[in-house]
Amino acid sequence: MILKSVEKTRRETLAMAAIAGLAAILAPRLSLADEQAVAAEIKKLYGDKKFESGKIKLDVPEIAENGLVVPVNVDIESPMTDADYVKSVHVFAEGNPLPAVVSYRFTPACGKASASTRMRLAETQNIVCIAEMSNGKLHMAKANVKVTIGGCGG
Amino acid sequence: MATKPTPRVRVPTQAKPGELIEIKTLISHEMESGQRKDAAGKVVPRKIINKFTAAFNGKTVFEADWNPAISANPYQSFFYKAAESGEFTFTWKDDDGSDYVASNKLTVA
Repeated sequence: MILKSVEKTRRETLAMAAIAGLAAILAPRLSLADEQAVAAEIKKLYGDKKFESGKIKLDVPEIAENGLVVPVNVDIESPMTDADYVKSVHVFAEGNPLPAVVSYRFTPACGKASASTRMRLAETQNIVCIAEMSNGKLHMAKANVKVTIGGCGG
Repeated sequence: MATKPTPRVRVPTQAKPGELIEIKTLISHEMESGQRKDAAGKVVPRKIINKFTAAFNGKTVFEADWNPAISANPYQSFFYKAAESGEFTFTWKDDDGSDYVASNKLTVA
């Protein structure tokens, strides 16, 4: 449905292949820049606050065959009572042209801080998930996804 | 867009008090990312659903802000702890300003 309108000629296909090859060589440097983009986004939200590990279960496939549809499930350990619950969760993709993926806001009425959706990934990259608790504590988790076919409509 | 987005929601109709129920939602939408170029090399303008909200008896219980990285025909699932009978209202907000709404009743007994 998405790709139907983008018809490619043979020449364009070859050019794309050449670009892809070049991108593969440059990839390590590019992904570093995007890591900084994610760090900048997080800084915008929470400044220089410290992150703790644990509590977050970030469930993504190890290998995604199709970057257009990659399931992503977050599950945060919390009693979800009025006194102690997960306020918000943000998911970022380091290798995407736009790093932000999704932001959730939970309430104690949810009973469980867990949500699933499906995202697009441009290339093999790290997924970063941060969770903000009602007591102000921040948690972070990372996971790597290998993408066979990128999901940027190219 | 060819057709109007149609939401599909799966919620149990009945639950016991305190029971944790999973709500699964799906809506047909192309989620045009604004990153893609057409055959002429022009950028296809962004048009996505940027916000999903779930409310129970008018009180918001769960919200998701979607970015262009969300796949076409976006799926969203989350949980809700049943406390009283009432009605869920699910709202999807489109970039073009339109809202798509679905509602489901839940009986708690």
